[in-house]
Amino acid sequence: MSLIALNGLTKAYPGVVANDDVSFDIDRGEVHALLGENGAGKSTLVKMIYGLVKPDSGTMVFDGEDFAPAEPRAARIAGVAMVFQHFSLFEALNVAENIALGMENPPKPRVLSEQIREVSSKYGLTLDPDRLVGDLSVGERQRVEIIRCLLQDPKLLIMDEPTSVLTPQEVEVLFETLRRLRDEGTSILYISHKLEEIKALCERATILRHGKVVGTCIPKNETAKSMAEMMVGAKLKTPKKSKTTFGKTLLAAKDLSLKSVDPFGTSLKNINFKLRAGEVMGIAGVAGNGQDELMLALSGEALTDAEGIQMDSVWVGADGPTERRLRGLLTAPEERLGHAAAPDMSLTENTLLSGFYRQKLGRRGFVNFEGATAFAQKVVEEFDVRTPSVRNAAKSLSGGNLQKFVVGREVLQEPTVFVVNQPTWGVDAAAAAAIRQSLLELASGGAGVIVISQDLDELMEISDTFAVLSEGEMSEPRPAKGVSVEEIGLMMGGTKV
Amino acid sequence: MDISIVSLVATLIVAATPILLAATGELIVEKAGVLNLGVEGMMIIGAICGFIAAVNTSSPLMGFVAAAAAGAALSFLFAILTQYLLANQVASGLALTLFGLGLAALLGHSYAGIKPPSSPKMEWGGLADLPVVGPILFNHDLMVYFSILLVIAVWVFLKFTRGGLILRAVGENHDAAHALGYKVVRIRVLAIMFGGACAGLGGAYLSLIRVPQWTEGMTAGAGWIALAIVVFASWKPWRLILGAYLFGGVTILQLNLQANGVDIPVSYLSMAPYLVTIIVLVIMSADRARASLNAPASLGKIFNASH
Repeated sequence: MSLIALNGLTKAYPGVVANDDVSFDIDRGEVHALLGENGAGKSTLVKMIYGLVKPDSGTMVFDGEDFAPAEPRAARIAGVAMVFQHFSLFEALNVAENIALGMENPPKPRVLSEQIREVSSKYGLTLDPDRLVGDLSVGERQRVEIIRCLLQDPKLLIMDEPTSVLTPQEVEVLFETLRRLRDEGTSILYISHKLEEIKALCERATILRHGKVVGTCIPKNETAKSMAEMMVGAKLKTPKKSKTTFGKTLLAAKDLSLKSVDPFGTSLKNINFKLRAGEVMGIAGVAGNGQDELMLALSGEALTDAEGIQMDSVWVGADGPTERRLRGLLTAPEERLGHAAAPDMSLTENTLLSGFYRQKLGRRGFVNFEGATAFAQKVVEEFDVRTPSVRNAAKSLSGGNLQKFVVGREVLQEPTVFVVNQPTWGVDAAAAAAIRQSLLELASGGAGVIVISQDLDELMEISDTFAVLSEGEMSEPRPAKGVSVEEIGLMMGGTKV
Repeated sequence: MDISIVSLVATLIVAATPILLAATGELIVEKAGVLNLGVEGMMIIGAICGFIAAVNTSSPLMGFVAAAAAGAALSFLFAILTQYLLANQVASGLALTLFGLGLAALLGHSYAGIKPPSSPKMEWGGLADLPVVGPILFNHDLMVYFSILLVIAVWVFLKFTRGGLILRAVGENHDAAHALGYKVVRIRVLAIMFGGACAGLGGAYLSLIRVPQWTEGMTAGAGWIALAIVVFASWKPWRLILGAYLFGGVTILQLNLQANGVDIPVSYLSMAPYLVTIIVLVIMSADRARASLNAPASLGKIFNASH
């Protein structure tokens, strides 16, 4: 008998049907994968199970009874627990307080701390209940969420993209825990787009596309490629690079240090690297190890010692973003909405943000809107950005389309060095492939490209050289060929290899 | 110079009490992640409504009850604007101050120059006759002790109760609190109304005890100082007392210096409390990392449930 059965769940939002007649069931003690691209409706579906969203129609049966949770509390009481993709944690509160907030009737603080220690040692998830969550690494933060769930003895554990921020070793620990839970009879609904992981962990998979169930499969009998093609509904191409010879050094960091202004941030310590023409350098690392600070230092949003960064024998560490842009150092930050693009401004206006000086989109203090419109139009056409027009607001675009626009806006300004942070985060597979292809073409044309990413598969696919950021320190870049995933994992954990 | 330290300390406690009351309320509001800049407006509405109620019922207690209700009612307007209609908190708070000042002037038109019923002092028996300690600690009205009890209650609430934990969580990360199923808007509305009630009490303390009479604009920036003290205290209840008494002390000291004819122009002396406010705020926020560590992370941000 199944633990939970979904029958014809439908949920529509204005303009989009997020879930359309979705039905499947999960057995007791089964790890069930829910697959689909961003926007396929996975999040809406689990929110309905967790009581955050009410379905327009359809029913659920949980543990033999009709199940229609009006709020998360009801779902938790029934035995559903959820680990969120973007952690639902409070940085300024300690571990025990965070866990108490997710429980219905938390025991007294001292008892709770004892329980936390007990559960964390039982499942091999080391955790100190008195530490501030803001001081924890991302992997430790996830443990907080998991232990919060485990303390409620859930029958169904929902995990939304749990491994996207973990090192390979941390993923192993997590899988150990999940297998143990499964053996004890807990069902797990596992959402991910990392297909190799799903092959290793899940017994069955349900695939969603545009809100509909388009197939089910047994992951062990499939290849990653075949599952990816079921998700996308089309054949996939792998990006390729045409040449691999490097020219002169374009950008160098020399003992680059930067103190973080964020109390929970990571300061950069003596970073050294050289980026040559034609090179794609991949910088891996678990989130929060200095990626944001490195991005700020390279873009010029945070100034460092002039001698920290060198371009063509000129020290630029103390120059702001505009000077650096004029020299050919262009950047695209991680946060698409709000950092790379102003959400309420049109695409035309957004091209002005980074193209004003370099594309000469203004004269004597006046904006050249014709030029800006033409440039925005060019970006939209060459990068296949799907938008009704360049007059639409940035926030009206889907994540993938906006990311194509953000990357295209910089690439078409012909940078000599292009630095991009998380270029394909939350982007669908087809758009991700297009973005990676454009980065490779840029390097083939003689530019230097730095890709900061937490997606190891992406870095292995496109990098020539490879380095790891760990606690604000960067490993020496080495050729990407021949580096194994285990080695990278150790480097991400801070071990020198 | 003829300044007695004992009477100085005793009067500074009285001068600090309205600020302390208002600041305690605002602390709870800000801990819930809401920045209400309308403290000044709520205080003055409390001052006049408390005054009217006390004069008409001849009962100071009724005055304070009415003041708390009036402050809470005005803050409810702010809550509707910012929590349900998602208006900008800074602009709404400033509007609330201007609205409160104007409305209070209108309501108080015929109450200028009247004396309110006097408030009884707390009876401590012989303790009040002790030298030094007596006049400083045991010779005040009920509201002084109430304000200190309120700070203790707020401290206990925030630190040891589940309600306090939820309130802090809402102020820290409203999206996460919502995802866990907490009613962010309802909690914030309640916090805002508590803040309004406290500001109203602070205002009534001015018009019923400290001054005691009604004059237009009598809060004279006390609400702004209360806002500053919350930052000064790094959102920690105990430090509110320290902050409020420090600012009360500067206010009283400048009055005493003026009375003693010190050779400094009066305008500099009356500026002093506000200058100290500005200087302290600059010092507090100079270390950006530390300032943002203490502030509730969602402070002033609009919460809009996406589902």
